[in-house]
Amino acid sequence: MSLALVLVLVGGAIGAPLRYLTDLLVQARHDSVFPWGTFTVNIAGSLVLGALLGAASTGAVPEAVVTFAGTGVCGALTTFSTFGFETVRLLEEGSVAAALANAVGSLAIGLLAGAAGWVIAAALA
Amino acid sequence: MSAFPPPRPGPSATGRVPLPVDPDVPVRLAVARHASHIVRDRWDILAVIAAGGAAGSAARYGTGLLLPHDAAQFPWSTFGVNIVGSVLLGLLMVFVNDVWPPHRYVRPFLGVGVLGGFTTFSTYMLDTRALVVTGHPAAAALYLGATLLVGLLAVWLGIAGGRLVAARLGRRARTRRRS
Repeated sequence: MSLALVLVLVGGAIGAPLRYLTDLLVQARHDSVFPWGTFTVNIAGSLVLGALLGAASTGAVPEAVVTFAGTGVCGALTTFSTFGFETVRLLEEGSVAAALANAVGSLAIGLLAGAAGWVIAAALA
Repeated sequence: MSAFPPPRPGPSATGRVPLPVDPDVPVRLAVARHASHIVRDRWDILAVIAAGGAAGSAARYGTGLLLPHDAAQFPWSTFGVNIVGSVLLGLLMVFVNDVWPPHRYVRPFLGVGVLGGFTTFSTYMLDTRALVVTGHPAAAALYLGATLLVGLLAVWLGIAGGRLVAARLGRRARTRRRS
């Protein structure tokens, strides 16, 4: 088994339960239908992955760290399937505004977070 | 007041328990307020999610090795895992809700762990950024839009397919009981 695969396995085993914990804690703290839990992990994970890749682009962070923390932890912390499921369920329930806000907001803020993470890390590294 | 108030509860059109919006958070767990309480009461579920997350992440990593792409190319591997994972989550949620008997570990392992770890939002965002900064804004827009639209369609197809199977299984069970 390659070292990279071990790093991804361990990173995934950290990221997925971290998403579950975050989701539970965030969902317990608001009473709207908006899926703030998944939104939070997806934006946070995009920011961190952007920072990791930005730091790696200057050579400040080795490849193995990107594989562990990026592909493993951030990959498993963030999720597309749950984001899609929640958006479809909001549409089915007739919460069209929340579904639209979730889709457009996640993509726009996720892109901004990823780009910001990259810029900040590349500047500091 | 919340910007998106929850709809008033009522019986679903089918008479079944409606699918939840959040596939990860059981309703009764929404009262959990402290991470330490969840870790204490749900350590076994967290362990099952970790195992699923490791497996799903490894499958995503393996897909990336099979279909490699550089920053200027359309990220088919990320697109593929996100679409496949979305169909499967739609199917899984109907099976967990309407078909299979309740089980403590099925949804945490397969849904939260494997499919949550398999699909990824952060790489989707950073792949899009890579296409923009390498001078492919049209491909970036296509990738961004196609993943979203095909992904939502995939979830819907998974749910619809699952409901079709669930209805057929229900009919067969009723026929068996009558004969």
